Amino acid sequence: MATTPLLEVRNISKYFGSVIALNDVSMTVNASEVMCLLGDNGAGKSTLIKILSGVHKPSQGEYLVEGKQVDFNSPRDALDHGIATVYQDLAMIPLMSIARNFFLGSEPTKGWGPFRRFDINFASQTARSEMAKMGIDIRDPSQPVGTLSGGERQSVAIARAVYFGAKVLILDEPTAALGVKQAGVVLRYVAQARARGLGVIFITHNPHHAYAVGDRFTILKRGRTFGTFTKDELSREEMVRMMSGADELDALSHELSEFARRDAAAAQIDEQLAESLEAAESLFEPESRREG
Amino acid sequence: MASSTLPKQGDERVVQAGPLKRLLTRPELGALGGAILVWLIFAFLAGNRGFLTLQGTASYLEVSSYLGILAAAIALLMIGGEFDLSIGSMIGAAGATIAVLGSVFGMPLWLAALIALFVALLVGFINGTMVIRTKLPSFIITLGSLFILRGLTIALTRIFTGRTQIGSLDQLPGYDVLRLLFGGSIPIGGASFPISIVWWIAITALATWVLMRTQFGNWIFSAGGNADAARNVGVPVDRVKITLFMATATAAWLVATIQLTVVKSADTLRGTQQEFIAIIAAVIGGNLLTGGYGSAVGAALGALIFGMVRQGIVYAGIDADWFQVFLGAMLIVAVLVNNFIRDRAEKARR
Ligand SMILES: Nc1ncnc2c1ncn2[C@@H]1O[C@H](COP(=O)(O)OP(=O)(O)OP(=O)(O)O)[C@@H](O)[C@H]1O
Ligand SMILES: [Mg+2]
Repeated sequence: MATTPLLEVRNISKYFGSVIALNDVSMTVNASEVMCLLGDNGAGKSTLIKILSGVHKPSQGEYLVEGKQVDFNSPRDALDHGIATVYQDLAMIPLMSIARNFFLGSEPTKGWGPFRRFDINFASQTARSEMAKMGIDIRDPSQPVGTLSGGERQSVAIARAVYFGAKVLILDEPTAALGVKQAGVVLRYVAQARARGLGVIFITHNPHHAYAVGDRFTILKRGRTFGTFTKDELSREEMVRMMSGADELDALSHELSEFARRDAAAAQIDEQLAESLEAAESLFEPESRREG
Repeated sequence: MASSTLPKQGDERVVQAGPLKRLLTRPELGALGGAILVWLIFAFLAGNRGFLTLQGTASYLEVSSYLGILAAAIALLMIGGEFDLSIGSMIGAAGATIAVLGSVFGMPLWLAALIALFVALLVGFINGTMVIRTKLPSFIITLGSLFILRGLTIALTRIFTGRTQIGSLDQLPGYDVLRLLFGGSIPIGGASFPISIVWWIAITALATWVLMRTQFGNWIFSAGGNADAARNVGVPVDRVKITLFMATATAAWLVATIQLTVVKSADTLRGTQQEFIAIIAAVIGGNLLTGGYGSAVGAALGALIFGMVRQGIVYAGIDADWFQVFLGAMLIVAVLVNNFIRDRAEKARR
């Protein structure tokens, strides 16, 4: 590849005592690209992204951000390098307001010395306008995040990451607990983030969601990379095969019959999604020259 | 700002929350209602026996002020997701430290008080660090320090003085400085309001400002709301919690110093059970036992209720034994009310 990848890991391994969670995994992510990370439960997806986001240190291997080797000691280090993560279960603090959640850890302040204070008005206005850019109308930024739906919550977390200048956005199963419509909302933001030039790492168990927004697909299996494929190299059905493993055809055929049942619904999702993606991108285009 | 150019089509399911509805989701609401109710009850029972006079008011405000200083700090710590059961023992320890340094080692009392403050900060730091390092519940760690501190205080005071109480502290050099800061009172209309009430109000205001208007306040809510999520966005949760433990120990020191100055003596048993009463006041004030939600004003209202009942019972001529019955019942009712209000806060705008 001609350009330096935004983010690259080379031959990463991670051991938890005697458990080998990751074994010799390599992967790259480029700007304006959605990299889907696929794999069964326990394949090591969350472990890999925890290394990328500074929660864990790799036991072995190299980690490069924009071509330079890095060694993160905390999530703060990763954030400072523009790597923002929306976690599977821990995205938001339910009893805190949207505005407070939005700026948690990077609070805007005004005033000097002992009178330096949290600029709540700026926080509220910004949270509101950033959410509006993503197409969600927040009437009251002081309302607790716990009152939002799952999809809206994920959207706040994504909007926050984008606002704070993330170059790489990591999403761990953001659509797992969501209904069709809410998942569509989140997928639309994933596409928007890509349109803004971010590199996105998107973890999901749902091949339809992956196929709708993914440009490339890395498949993990029992802690190892099973391969990285571009969209042209992989049909949806092949992807389902890969995700469940070619040697588990029994399980697969059972699963496929399940998918057949859902196919009508899936086709409909794709259609809706294609429409909303177009809408999203056209909505975004005139603003794409916006600076930082 | 872009917000003025937003499309206003919105979502038909969103209902704008009015100011009244918003008030109903405040954590202090239950305590405010409780305070008014308790005041009315004693105004009725003891109104003609002095409860309503300025001096009566000053007397329950003084009781409330000691507790309120503790409760404000405890509220911050509880919002940050931890407990401190050692503050009662810390009161005894701080008082004994000042008295021993002054009477045995001949140190000016103001300097002794400064050193006691340093000791308190150290105890808070150790409590916090132990909780973070061991990952044990702070309930357990500080229950341990409750006994360790009290035991150390009694043992060391006895070694140095042969007694467990030290009196006549106003005869010692440096007492004037303490009296100026902690022992004065403000005459209003013939009644005298002790300066501890001013400390109480100032500390409640400071705690409220920190919670609502500073970055650190946002971190406190997040540390108690979901520590892992907070860490993941870069909040230094461990530092926040250790700081809060240092704040509760400092509040205990302040109460100890004020009491020592007012009564001119130290007693190694002083502050016994204050930790529970302060936690009850904070809970009555709407601070959740599970952390992440609450207010310092609520804790002040909880302390006010406590003070009014404790003095009101005396004015009404009721046997003081009933006070504990009230305290326990109030705690249970308060938790039930809190759960109800919290649920409303989460659902108010659905
Ligand atoms: N802190 C840990 N200590 C010990 N083992 C761990 C730890 N974290 C993960 N593992 C193990 O590493 C393996 C990979 O886990 P990981 O959470 O990365 O899977 P995953 O691909 O995200 O699965 P899922 O799809 O269910 O989220 C699992 O076998 C898990 O038990
Ligand atoms: Mg996972």
